[in-house]
Amino acid sequence: MRHTISILVDNEPGVLARIAGLFSARGFNIESLCVAETLDHTSSRITLVTSGDDWIIEQIIKRFNNMINVIKVQDLIEVTHVERELVLVRVESTQETRAEILNMAEIFRAKVIDVGPKSYALELTGDKDKVNAFIELLKPMGIKEIARTGVVAMAREVQNHRRGGER
Amino acid sequence: MARMIGAQMFFETLLDEGVDVIFGLPGGYVLKVYDVMPKYTNVIKHILARHEQGATHMADGYARASGRAGVVLVTSGPAATNTVTGITTAHMDSSPVVVFTGQVPTPYLGSDAFQEADHIGITRPCTKHNSLVRKTRDLPQAIKEAFHIAVTGRPGPVLVDMPKDVLIGEDEFEIPKEINLRGYKPTTKGHIGQIKRAVEMILSSKRPVVFGGGGLIWSEATPELIEFVHRLNIPVALTLMGLGAYPAKDPYFMSMLGMHGSYKANMAVHESDLIIAIGARFDDRATGGNFPKFAPNAKIVHIDIDPSTIDKNIRVHCPIVGDAKQILKQMLELIPSDLKIDRREWFGKIEEWGREHPLTYRQNGDKIMTSFLIDTLCKITNGDAVVVTDVGQHQMWVAQFYRFNRPRTHITSGGLGTMGFGFPAAMGAKFARPNEMVICVSGDGSFQMNMQELATAVENNMDLKIIVINNEHHGMVRQWQTMFFNSNYSASHFDVMPDFVKLAEAFGAKGLRAKRPDELEATLREGLFTEGVVLIEVIVDYEEMVYPMIAPGGAMNEMILEPADMT
Repeated sequence: MRHTISILVDNEPGVLARIAGLFSARGFNIESLCVAETLDHTSSRITLVTSGDDWIIEQIIKRFNNMINVIKVQDLIEVTHVERELVLVRVESTQETRAEILNMAEIFRAKVIDVGPKSYALELTGDKDKVNAFIELLKPMGIKEIARTGVVAMAREVQNHRRGGER
Repeated sequence: MARMIGAQMFFETLLDEGVDVIFGLPGGYVLKVYDVMPKYTNVIKHILARHEQGATHMADGYARASGRAGVVLVTSGPAATNTVTGITTAHMDSSPVVVFTGQVPTPYLGSDAFQEADHIGITRPCTKHNSLVRKTRDLPQAIKEAFHIAVTGRPGPVLVDMPKDVLIGEDEFEIPKEINLRGYKPTTKGHIGQIKRAVEMILSSKRPVVFGGGGLIWSEATPELIEFVHRLNIPVALTLMGLGAYPAKDPYFMSMLGMHGSYKANMAVHESDLIIAIGARFDDRATGGNFPKFAPNAKIVHIDIDPSTIDKNIRVHCPIVGDAKQILKQMLELIPSDLKIDRREWFGKIEEWGREHPLTYRQNGDKIMTSFLIDTLCKITNGDAVVVTDVGQHQMWVAQFYRFNRPRTHITSGGLGTMGFGFPAAMGAKFARPNEMVICVSGDGSFQMNMQELATAVENNMDLKIIVINNEHHGMVRQWQTMFFNSNYSASHFDVMPDFVKLAEAFGAKGLRAKRPDELEATLREGLFTEGVVLIEVIVDYEEMVYPMIAPGGAMNEMILEPADMT
């Protein structure tokens, strides 16, 4: 099961290593990881996506809670929430494909952020499915480079009590 | 507020913490601390260990014997890495050890300077918390936090890394009044709803057992546990780490449970309908490691201060997070003091198991059996000494045959199983309890791992007894080779063994030796009641094995009781 975990931590050196260490000690992989300061510069929010046995994820979350530098942990699988990811993608462009790329960008509400003689760089924000769909459609034209931020997420204000609810 | 250098702040803050002894070894980057030290040694005694691992085990032994944090002071690099085994040992057994390491000056951090190591990175997985101090003015706060974290909640080791420039730098000194960490608020009081549920489960159960662990000792819950057990009429089994938390002389006590636990304790846990686990974590050595087959008919109430132990190995039915002493008190408030529960049938069954396979041993001609040695030691000392063990067969025989009646009198490396722990830990225990008899029971293999500390013991005129059990083997390794590796004794025999009596004498200690059962008691008495550091070497039968035994991965009722059971 895929889990998106939101962790509020002290903004100090070494905290990320502590979080990551719990995963490596269990032989677990982190699918994506986002870290940035919050409004209060003494704390940071880590949004982490991982997949694994619910029981083990529960254990890892309990261990996060035990860490002195961890202020709050929430497994967003338990609440309805929104997830977004940003991707930058450079796609090859030729005279034949240029219009199609721009058309695709339009449909997905992506932005052109760089234009070169042989490529376009596009910026897209969306949930994981939308980002994946966009990338799949661009693949036949030749993706030269890609950079994804990984997921950031937030619980919705109104909860509909559906476990695993998303978007 | 007063201006002072970091090294002085270090001692002023330790004074404020009430530290009376530190175990250490000087070196490059902590020399300023050692330079300032003589001004404080009338209050804070410094014990010069011969190896940093020894120093860390000493602090650990001190912590376990006293309940207060043990303190270590070492330099950087190899000194810090030498503490890692000691820190991990303390971490696995939840012992509050605070380790101070020197470090290269902050501008040199990460430059591969002489004796530089990444102490924070290396000890991150084996400490409860660690921190690098970057500014002299932050040192008192970091030290106060370290002690606070080490001794509260589930105790554990904390490391504070102190770069040289922090120690020699000068700044305003102020002791922080209050430690408030927003990410660290251990739960001590139990959830009342869960407590009510647990009490209902206990009252309606027919075959309950208490499964008690080391958490009982750290929370000092023994008086409440005795009251709880007597009022509810429940038999008690303890894990290795729990021994001493409940008096062995009390009839409710079923002895140790687990891999080498007594037959009746393991059968009682297996056949129970309710397990009340308190301050225990269902380790594979305590449960046999076959979690699906563990106590198949039992509901489980799990009381522990660390929420991450709940549901870790065994799914529990009623978790209560909090301090064991507090929760037992809260439970007792809900149970009438004149309660009478008839459990004759259950106790009858337990007695029957006890009669079928009691903890016992056989004599073998003119050879000393280690079990007999421990039994004799228990009789001589009335089960009232502080016994610190190493790791292996002797450790299990101490757990089986030394009848511990008081908490903090049994000290052993349970979780990590660190050979070499016993002797330095016994020294630490003696500093914590100078008026009690402290005995280190060690094996020939374990003792050789930290025997350099004999110099430290003699230097400090300690009154400490060391029993080195010589069977010329890594005994537990040999036992596993006998049982599980077709008696292929690969690398478990020592072809060369030091003369332990002469070894003791070389360090200025007294050495004695017993070889035959008929001289054992007299030799033990002579050694135990001679003042000073006394090493008693006992030559034992190397073929004796520890029984009962649950083979790794077995269920608790699947015990190998003697060699004939083996297939």
